Amino acid sequence: MNNNINNKRKHVITALVENQPSVLARIVGLISGRGYNIENLNVGPTQDPTVSRLTMVVPGDDRVLEQVTRQLEKLVDVIKVADLTRESFLNRECILVRVAATRKTRSEIIELAEVFGCRVIAVHAGSMVIQLVGEQEIVADFLELMKPFRILDVSRSGVIAMASV
Amino acid sequence: MRTGAKCVIDAIRNAGVKSVFGLPGGAVLDIFAELYHAPFEFFLVRHEQGATHMADGYARATGKPGCCIVTSGPGATNAVTGLATANMDGIPIVCISGQVPSSMIGNDAFQEADTVGITRAVTKHNYLVRKTDDIPSVIAEAFEIAKSGRPGPVLVDIPKDMQRGRTDATFSGKVHRRGLKVIYEGQPRQIAKLAKAINSARKPVILAGGGVIAGGAAAELTALARKAKIPVTTTLMGIGGFPDTDPLALRMPGMHGSVAANSAISQCDLILSVGARFDDRVTGKVSEFAPHAVKAHIDIDPSAISKSVVVDVPVIGHVKPVLRELLKLIEPVDRREWLAQCRKWCTESPFAYDEKETQLLPQFVIEKISEVTRGDATIVTDVGQHQMWAAHFYKYTRPRTFISSGGLGTMGFGLPAAIGAQAACRDRNVVTIAGDGSIQMNFQELVVAVEHDLPITVVILNNGYLGMVRQWQEMFYQKEYSAVRLAQNGRAGNERIGNRPPAYLPDFVKLAEAHGAVGMRVTRKNEVTSALKKAFAIRRPVVLECIVKPDENVYPMVPPGASLTEMLQSIA
Repeated sequence: MNNNINNKRKHVITALVENQPSVLARIVGLISGRGYNIENLNVGPTQDPTVSRLTMVVPGDDRVLEQVTRQLEKLVDVIKVADLTRESFLNRECILVRVAATRKTRSEIIELAEVFGCRVIAVHAGSMVIQLVGEQEIVADFLELMKPFRILDVSRSGVIAMASV
Repeated sequence: MRTGAKCVIDAIRNAGVKSVFGLPGGAVLDIFAELYHAPFEFFLVRHEQGATHMADGYARATGKPGCCIVTSGPGATNAVTGLATANMDGIPIVCISGQVPSSMIGNDAFQEADTVGITRAVTKHNYLVRKTDDIPSVIAEAFEIAKSGRPGPVLVDIPKDMQRGRTDATFSGKVHRRGLKVIYEGQPRQIAKLAKAINSARKPVILAGGGVIAGGAAAELTALARKAKIPVTTTLMGIGGFPDTDPLALRMPGMHGSVAANSAISQCDLILSVGARFDDRVTGKVSEFAPHAVKAHIDIDPSAISKSVVVDVPVIGHVKPVLRELLKLIEPVDRREWLAQCRKWCTESPFAYDEKETQLLPQFVIEKISEVTRGDATIVTDVGQHQMWAAHFYKYTRPRTFISSGGLGTMGFGLPAAIGAQAACRDRNVVTIAGDGSIQMNFQELVVAVEHDLPITVVILNNGYLGMVRQWQEMFYQKEYSAVRLAQNGRAGNERIGNRPPAYLPDFVKLAEAHGAVGMRVTRKNEVTSALKKAFAIRRPVVLECIVKPDENVYPMVPPGASLTEMLQSIA
């Protein structure tokens, strides 16, 4: 038996939880207590107002995260947990990027934004704000492309996800 | 209309609790006002840690949830160690804590602490009550959560205004929480797979843990072991789950395990954990644990599966029904050779000590306790060397007769836990085995035994050291004995024990007498049996101090991080 499987990657964990004040603290405490960083977190109510869906991205070892998932499942306020990275899943994130834009660079930025299906939602003398909704990889690619223009500010919604089927 | 405080008392009564432990304070005065008329016995402790351990001892002795009530702030923070102890060992406790009025929460009010925040990591679940109307259902739920699945402690924090508020709310019927998922029956397919693995094993071993005790499955386990002819090793938490006197008993495994248990684990071709979580003190170096074995694990807690040792055949479910189903599928297999080998280990290398030693040895005292009580006492230990010797030299034959803080290793657990156990089982002979270090952590609780006429016997094995730490310093820290001597060279010419060493403080006999108990001291081997008989005959709390050899070590010992095959039998 190999007890040292070290397969590190980003895990997208989603949980249906009771819509109660202490739930988030419990979940975050359980994960951070083991020294794991929650890279990304999103919480919101579902079609049932007493139930919230929580989605988080946690980079880490496959085996440890399987253990974390089982421990989350044990929490009384947690109804269901899934590590979506183990199956096929849909994910989206919404970001707002403020990027420096001069008269010279503005049209180039807009062109790139259009390729990514972004919307320009504000334009000022020296900058503009772009909204992008896309998968994690698309978001990462777009931010990479914006870097040379000088990113002034980024605000991200956190990944939301759902199993494909 | 009832007050919230009355709802609390009624809910505790409805849960079937017979004894409650605790200490009042400003934020729980309303509950204590109702307690005055309550139909159960209340034990006023002297420190809230004692209350949690008493509730814990009550639960371990009976299998029923224990209950304690503490005040806000320091009352709740003092309870934390006891909650953590119960949480590690899966012991059902409900702890009610008072909280400052809800309007003052977060204002740094007098005796305010974020109790739910502080206890979140050491409880199975906790609540901050927000409406008086919720109290009946929340407390019923708390007891249900404490008992269900892998049991554990639950804390209910109740602000003072919620206790004083009035409500018509009641709760009856069954608790339903969609997040409370307990798999009771094991999957038939997994059980069949496990049976197949057992039937094809030539050299199997059962590793029986606390789950056997919690699940009330000692009879099923014994039936399985005898029918399938499989030797059984019982972890510290599993002691009593299989009779030590049975020829199949290998005794305890792990760091201070028997040669038989550790050798059998290292050579077996199948290891079946029944409610044991492969704790690091059991496995030693995980990668070399049972290296030739198929690993199987029955546990009610899915998160216990493959947590440290990766398991090939997991069965998630309550051990009792799983073992019953499993038993039906067991076929006779000839394992004479393996059983003979295991017997050989047992007879050649039993737990032993130097019987020629003239000084009083701690192991000798425990052996005598076992003899005098005929193995039929409830033994409650503290934590350290004496705990290991209590596991080695007392022969346990029934579940819930060995009570000890396993996972957290809480010194100071023994005396209050024994009080809780004796409160629950008045007719049992309850004996605490403690070290001189551990006992000082909660000695004040002795008055509770005196006041409530609980005839516990506290045997202190006094070696003048924090013995287990001293042993590690001797073995792994170049004999640099840092902060382990409990004597500070004591009083010169200590009049109690003449000029004989060790000279030390405190005087436990006087301390016992000051607490209203009987104090006795023995220093020689030939005094032990009569002193024990005398102590057990006195139907009052007795402290029996045994002045034992100061530098005795616990063997065998597997050094930390080493494989179970690397057992030390003495210092090289």
